[in-house]
Amino acid sequence: MRDTAVGNATLAKTRRNSELLRRLVKNRALYLMILPGFLFFVIFKYIPMGGLVIALQDYQPYLGIMNSPWVGFKHFERLFAEPMFFTILRNTLLLFFMNLLFYFPVPIVLALMLNEVRREMFKRFIQTLVYIPHFMSWVIIVSISFVMLSMDRGIINELLVMMGFEKINFLMSNEWFRPMYVLQIVWREAGWGTIIYLAAMAAIDPGLYEAARMDGANRLRQIWHITLPSIRSVIVVLLILKIGDVLELGFEHIYLLLNSMNREVAEIFDTYVYTAGLRQGQFSFSTAVGFFKSIVGLILVMGANWLSKKVGEEGIY
Amino acid sequence: MVQDKTLGSRLFDIVNYTLLSLIGLVTILPFIHVIAGSFTTVTELATKQFVIIPTVWSLDAYKYIFSTNTLFRALGVSVVVTLFGTLFSMLLTALMAYGLSRKDLDGRGGIMFMVVFTMLFSGGLIPTFLVVKELGMIDSLTALVVPTAINAFNLIIMRNFFQNLPEGLEESAKIDGCNDWGILFRIVIPLSMPAIATISLFYAVTYWNTYITAILYLNDAAKWPVQVILRQIVILASGLTADTSGMEDFVRPPEQTVKMAVIVVATLPILLVYPFLQKHFAKGALLGSIKG
Repeated sequence: MRDTAVGNATLAKTRRNSELLRRLVKNRALYLMILPGFLFFVIFKYIPMGGLVIALQDYQPYLGIMNSPWVGFKHFERLFAEPMFFTILRNTLLLFFMNLLFYFPVPIVLALMLNEVRREMFKRFIQTLVYIPHFMSWVIIVSISFVMLSMDRGIINELLVMMGFEKINFLMSNEWFRPMYVLQIVWREAGWGTIIYLAAMAAIDPGLYEAARMDGANRLRQIWHITLPSIRSVIVVLLILKIGDVLELGFEHIYLLLNSMNREVAEIFDTYVYTAGLRQGQFSFSTAVGFFKSIVGLILVMGANWLSKKVGEEGIY
Repeated sequence: MVQDKTLGSRLFDIVNYTLLSLIGLVTILPFIHVIAGSFTTVTELATKQFVIIPTVWSLDAYKYIFSTNTLFRALGVSVVVTLFGTLFSMLLTALMAYGLSRKDLDGRGGIMFMVVFTMLFSGGLIPTFLVVKELGMIDSLTALVVPTAINAFNLIIMRNFFQNLPEGLEESAKIDGCNDWGILFRIVIPLSMPAIATISLFYAVTYWNTYITAILYLNDAAKWPVQVILRQIVILASGLTADTSGMEDFVRPPEQTVKMAVIVVATLPILLVYPFLQKHFAKGALLGSIKG
């Protein structure tokens, strides 16, 4: 009796296994389609994650990961002892908060404004204009700013002189770096950022507005009591994504703006990793810096997501 | 909302339309300034400061930037990288997305998790650099394409699009004796042209704008794409760093008009595809963001 039960179980197991095998063979074409992409993720995403172990070594290119000596947390200890570490941390956090405070609300306001436009032609025309900068590389955006802001014939400085002010060296100063950084982001991304909000607004039931009008709500009150609450969950999701990006401040953008005069306010984790790692060859130390950054980033996304679920919103996963 | 014809509502409209017009203008003026500036003379730019339509037209700046072959070569590199890169990325993305769109596939959830996780955590700059180096891609144009071939976000957009196609199509194709490859290339892809056009354009724009990967992986100036040359001529030439490598063809600091001309040349292809791009991208971006 018991034997038969065990026998049946084994039989069922083998049958399940052969069933699985049959499905694997049947779908072999699909697995073959996935394979190149799968290899891409393994080679260029997962092997580098494994490569993080060099943060615990004194990595020597000649010896490779296998033979380089293990040194424990030496590089992390050095990181926290380095005065530069706190400058970088402060810069990263400050730029992030400025980004959150001065950039994040702009696409929402812009989308609210566009949503109130009833002339389709006008709306589409403005959208066409404000989307354009998103497709320009940071090199192009920064180059245009440089041409306009330069001390030598830059239009902004020429205008300042015309109005009787002194010229300002925007590109090589500590005070102007942060405003310039935020303005460039607003200019490039504000229009593009409206897309998702506009889509959410398009899904709002028009009956709600009608009811509000019956109750005597004017346009501003309709925005405040209907449009904004309706896109609340979208705002929360985008806010989480943004918080997850705390440490992804745009390596390329800042690298382009960075110079010897504004290093004190402009150096962030990524630019530091680049200089210390690739320029100065301190592979292990800069990997430790990058590792620290990635971990903090991961914790922040997960924390923000947890918080959003806690307050009754959906979260991103 | 249109029926609201009160005074307050009209006032709201006036303010709203005016502000939006101003925002549109502020967005586009810098581009117009640069394009107009590139087609005029140095003196006109100096005396009139802001030029929208030049009174004196001149191609001097363009003659100057094309007097050496630095820019031609860089444009050639960018065109090649954009064409091959887009094709390669699209092929890998579509294949993987299609496989992952089939609900009956064992292990699909695991592979999806593996893809999404790369959006949350990464090995970072140095370990990735070491992998690219080990593969012998340093100073090769493949470094601009292969290490960034698939964008996880684009992959998810594609997969969602494929998943939303009616399942009956595949069933009937199978009954007609079509295998998985046939279904993908003869039925699914032709039906997915809007999504494929959108994602291709996203990839193409990214490849045209390639800059940081070139800085990381290419030491050989002869292989630099146009964005790197743009940075050399405009940003480094503003005297901000001592690093003047790649500047040998532009010995004296270039005039404003020259800088503007280089910006225009590096931007032109995007300005040309933009009308086409715009038709598709809003739909494409929504596809990804809402169902992502």
